[in-house]
Amino acid sequence: MREFMIIFKQAFVTKGKTKSFILTTAIMIAAVFLFANMISIIDSVKEMTGGIEDELYVVDESGELSDSLKEKLDATNSGIVVKTTNESEKALTEKVSSEEINSFLIIGLDTENTIQANYTSLSALDFGRSAMIMEALQSIQSELKAEQLSLSAEQLQTLFSPIHFEQHSVSTTTKSEEELSEARGLVYILVFLIYFTVIFYSNMIATEVATEKSSRVMEILISSISPVKHMFAKVLGIGSLGLVQMMLLGIAGFIAVKTSASNMVEGVTSFFGFSNLSISTIVFAVIFFLLGYFLYATVAALLGSLVSRTEDVQQAIMPIMILVILAFMIAMPGLTNPELVFLKYASYVPFFAPLVMFLRVGMLDLPLWEPLLSIAIMLVTISILGVFGARVYRGGVLMYGPSRSLKDIKKAIQLGKE
Amino acid sequence: MALHLEHVTKKFGDFTAVDDLSLSVGDGTMYGFLGANGAGKTTTFRMILGLLNATDGRITWNTDPINYKTSPEIGYLPEERGLYPKMKVDEQLIFLGQLRGMNKSDAKAALQKWLDRMEIPHYANKKVEELSKGNQQKIQVIASLLHNPKLLILDEPFSGLDPVNVELLKEAILEFRNNGATIVFSSHRMDHVEELCEELSIIHHGRQIVSGTLREVKQSFGKQNVRINSDNDLSKLDSISGVTSVSRSIEGAVYQVESEHIANTLLIAALESGPIRHFAIEEPSLQDIFIEKVGKAHA
Repeated sequence: MREFMIIFKQAFVTKGKTKSFILTTAIMIAAVFLFANMISIIDSVKEMTGGIEDELYVVDESGELSDSLKEKLDATNSGIVVKTTNESEKALTEKVSSEEINSFLIIGLDTENTIQANYTSLSALDFGRSAMIMEALQSIQSELKAEQLSLSAEQLQTLFSPIHFEQHSVSTTTKSEEELSEARGLVYILVFLIYFTVIFYSNMIATEVATEKSSRVMEILISSISPVKHMFAKVLGIGSLGLVQMMLLGIAGFIAVKTSASNMVEGVTSFFGFSNLSISTIVFAVIFFLLGYFLYATVAALLGSLVSRTEDVQQAIMPIMILVILAFMIAMPGLTNPELVFLKYASYVPFFAPLVMFLRVGMLDLPLWEPLLSIAIMLVTISILGVFGARVYRGGVLMYGPSRSLKDIKKAIQLGKE
Repeated sequence: MALHLEHVTKKFGDFTAVDDLSLSVGDGTMYGFLGANGAGKTTTFRMILGLLNATDGRITWNTDPINYKTSPEIGYLPEERGLYPKMKVDEQLIFLGQLRGMNKSDAKAALQKWLDRMEIPHYANKKVEELSKGNQQKIQVIASLLHNPKLLILDEPFSGLDPVNVELLKEAILEFRNNGATIVFSSHRMDHVEELCEELSIIHHGRQIVSGTLREVKQSFGKQNVRINSDNDLSKLDSISGVTSVSRSIEGAVYQVESEHIANTLLIAALESGPIRHFAIEEPSLQDIFIEKVGKAHA
């Protein structure tokens, strides 16, 4: 136990003290604060620079449309400022291409009193802006046509009155769309976090083991402590470091949201579902992070013990990286529709469960046995992998020379037995 | 207190790495373990340390097999440097000392003492990768001696050290021996073994081809060297029967002979061709024995 604690502490402290770890954590915390204060930062930048007026140059061939366009755009808070001009199309096009102005619009009416509009901007990518202009013109057109047909304003309104559409669902696990979007943000962020931390720390474990092996410090270590103890002390030490990092991020996120100066924060927090911060979701996130970590870290340690050079680590752990990425790709569509059938199956597959089951438990009202079953499956898998990994590890750490992956596992077990 | 290996055999599949090896090393004894590359030295050390189990035979330290309980009594210096490249020297030595059962303050005191003794106290705060190879080797040596072990396994302890540092290290190892430690070390440098070891083994392809005290090994080798320095042509001496090999130098030649009386024949023959400046019957060096034995086994 004494040696176990020494290795545990060494893994935790020396890794925690490395520049790369401190820097990564600091950058992540900074990103959290930046994100929480994004809106106020944008606002203050706008204030400082005075803001850029979003001007739209309009050539009105009919002479009667530009005023109502101005009115409509003002009414929708689009921020687009209409400026009428009489310049030729050619001159305006040149101005746009030289970026003197960002866009112009030529509007007119044809013989049937239908609006003909011609919008030119530098790139075709500002869909939002053209959509706003289109919408404004559309409503002007409706008014014009109504006038032409001598419809009153009330008649026009009845024509466009919206239907009543209500959605009901009989599935007991479904949350309402409202609840879903509340949960979505938090789950989204946590799924990402679990994904990244599992990759990050599995990588760290494999690299650590390979470094110890390539620097032959391993021979000294395992002559003082059994390889199995060493492996688990290492995995636990680095896992605790990961947990501390997640907690730091969590605290930072909480403080950032609470202290954020912007009054828009409320909008952001409710959008991401933080206003109804669900304790059970957070607890499940920690549980699934730990399970996911142990699952992948045990395999990573096993694979790390097979290579003799740190350069080969990335290649060796490729299979588990593919598994994590696959789990992530399976989980992603679940954010929009957590009831997809394949998610249900995937959430009981050990290597996918940390992400997929967490997603389901966070987004749906699952009966408790579902996550518990998935957790049990993972615990069993981790124990099996732990025993298997320890056997490979015992021999693997003594093997040097080029690695050919799968064959080496057999060789390592053989050597470990001897 | 002693280390015993009794008929130890290690097989990896069909390959026999160590074949029926027996040796015992008492307290206050230094045992030289010689062999060409790949002879089975490291495998033997790993078995002594308990990292590998012997296929056959028994290894005991003070009548018990070596296990993790005994590890604080053992100091091990692996052949290649075995240190964390990115860890600082002092942190690293404290960590390794703790692993061998020391508490933190003892480890600190011991490491200070050893850094001073090895004349590198200013490296305590440096990362290992920043040190030269020789200095890394010194740190490695300190790591194996720090916890005052009773059994020292040193795999190539002198590699990468300059002559001054070799002397520093020899002194330290001799001090351990004089304090009653049991020491096993391997080396390619026969002169070091000859200077330090009371007993030795030469192994080749896993088999022990020579073993015993230095004296016994030299006597049982049977051959001796005759050194003759002369300005005259000595080439006719080469064909005298009983001469097994000749190595010529500017000064004269060294003849390896099968028995002492051939030396007389050589002396007479040499004087026939003119005056000589130097004549001596010398013991074979360990180098000669090693090359002869291992070279023959090669052929």
